[in-house]
Amino acid sequence: MVDPMMMVTVSSGVDGQESDPRSGPLSMRFEDVSVTFNGRTAIRDVNFDVPKNKVTSLIGPSGSGKTTLLRAINRLHDLTKGAVVSGSIRLGNTDIYGGEIPATLLRTRVGMVFQRPNPFPTMSIFDNVVSGLRFNGIRKRSVLEEAAESALIGAALWDSVSNRMKAHASTLSGGEQQRLCIARALAVEPEVLLMDEPTSSLDPISMRLIEELVGELKSRVTIVIVTHNMQQAARVSDLCAFFLMGADRAGEQIEVAPTRKLFSDPDDPRTLDYIQGRFG
Amino acid sequence: MTTGVIEEIPPDPILERREMVQRVARRTFERRMRVSQAMIGLCAVGLLVALVPLFAILYSLISKGVHWWSIDFFTKVPQFPSLIDPNEVGGISNAIIGSLVIDAIAALFAIPIGVVAGLFLAESTSKFANALRTTAEIMTGLPSILLGIFAYQMIVIGFNEWGIKLPGIGFSGLAGSFAIGILMIPIIMKASETALRAVPAPIREAGLALGARRGVVARKVIIPTALPGLVTAVLLAFSRAVGETAPILWVIGASTVVSWNPKKEMASMPLQIFQSATSPYVSLREEAWGIALLLVVIVLVINLGSRLLAAWLQRERR
Repeated sequence: MVDPMMMVTVSSGVDGQESDPRSGPLSMRFEDVSVTFNGRTAIRDVNFDVPKNKVTSLIGPSGSGKTTLLRAINRLHDLTKGAVVSGSIRLGNTDIYGGEIPATLLRTRVGMVFQRPNPFPTMSIFDNVVSGLRFNGIRKRSVLEEAAESALIGAALWDSVSNRMKAHASTLSGGEQQRLCIARALAVEPEVLLMDEPTSSLDPISMRLIEELVGELKSRVTIVIVTHNMQQAARVSDLCAFFLMGADRAGEQIEVAPTRKLFSDPDDPRTLDYIQGRFG
Repeated sequence: MTTGVIEEIPPDPILERREMVQRVARRTFERRMRVSQAMIGLCAVGLLVALVPLFAILYSLISKGVHWWSIDFFTKVPQFPSLIDPNEVGGISNAIIGSLVIDAIAALFAIPIGVVAGLFLAESTSKFANALRTTAEIMTGLPSILLGIFAYQMIVIGFNEWGIKLPGIGFSGLAGSFAIGILMIPIIMKASETALRAVPAPIREAGLALGARRGVVARKVIIPTALPGLVTAVLLAFSRAVGETAPILWVIGASTVVSWNPKKEMASMPLQIFQSATSPYVSLREEAWGIALLLVVIVLVINLGSRLLAAWLQRERR
């Protein structure tokens, strides 16, 4: 199913600015996706494709349904009473709401990083990183250690924590904790990594580090990132989806385009208004 | 790009690990689900075991108690059954009125004291606050009969120690209110502290940052924000106190007539249960079920009412 050569082809496109990231292989497809809570629509009729091994950013003002859409991808809404997701979200060949896959198994394929760093407070750095593997029944020490090293290297944290893996996660700074959470998500090697405003609670230096990380990680995992920060979306993403709150307070997809195009020459006047800071 | 035939793709450790994780996750999924279901089953069994005594009590209360409820039951005073009609036991209007007056007076002084003390515990970081909290915790664990002895000593016969002499007012509803109120205070204190502490610090700090005194912030910001929790705290403490028998056992005088005067002997429902249940008359002993059922219904109504009220208060602020 996964052809490594495809990744090389896609990520080697140095002059990829001109080409649409969606011309390469796809990771996910949204078709008529709507999410309602107790009958009230939070986001409606989302239709777009997420390219594989690219960064897709979801932007828009508060209430436009970005986070709601993101949380639909790993079925976190399953836990909310009254939440209904309609339409279809395909991950590879799997319709994730089609009854083909239990939510628990889906979530090993779709990782998530949250707004605030949330390492498990009672676990050491090592235990945090390998927790996902352990939850899924992987026990072998050598496998865990190998995965932990790889994930921590991926999250640019290996150098600073490799000699204190038994320390508590709370001994790390906020930025380091967030990178630990990224490592924790990476360790199970998900196909998609969801990031919900991962830098909003961090200082600018930590933010910069994580943005760089996002660029490096896309060869490893497809990334979907929600951000309030338009500059961040412009810096890190290849494809950008813009949402607005409609008249009935439900979020709507306004425009999906390669990031460069969306920020320089958007098709919809509302997109231009938003990126120029005229509303939102 | 590369056009030649690729002879050997080097293994990618990332992809290999992904395959492995997903394979193991799928393989162990069934087992993990079975364990999960077994655990949920265990929880359900625990819940059932916990509920069996509760429903057994409710069942026997209703089956043995509800047929005693009649107009006479609520309007007459107790009487000893005669030989002619052994089922003629009168009613418990004196006990209903007694409980109402005793508990109302207890609530009247215990609620303000308890809430204010709770506010102090929530706001103060002093050693005194810590000592007070510990005392309150110990007091909630005190055998309630001790409060009865205390009320007897203080109110019924009067205090006479250390050269201080307070006149006793004899067996009275007030002595019962005193004991019940003392019982309620530490419960209200602890529960109010919890409710008040649940108000997020930034909200408190926003008030202080505007130059408000702490008292003003407490009155205008913290207490209104914590109100749903406070209401629940107070009503739960009250419903607990309504059913207490031991503190009033020998201080209220067990009047057999209707009395609204708290300075005189009064009756009360828990005490009436005790008296009926230990009387030599079969019909009186049976009637105790009816009183017990009434008491449980009252406690249930207060509990449910406090929840509904708290939910309603929460909704009002959205």
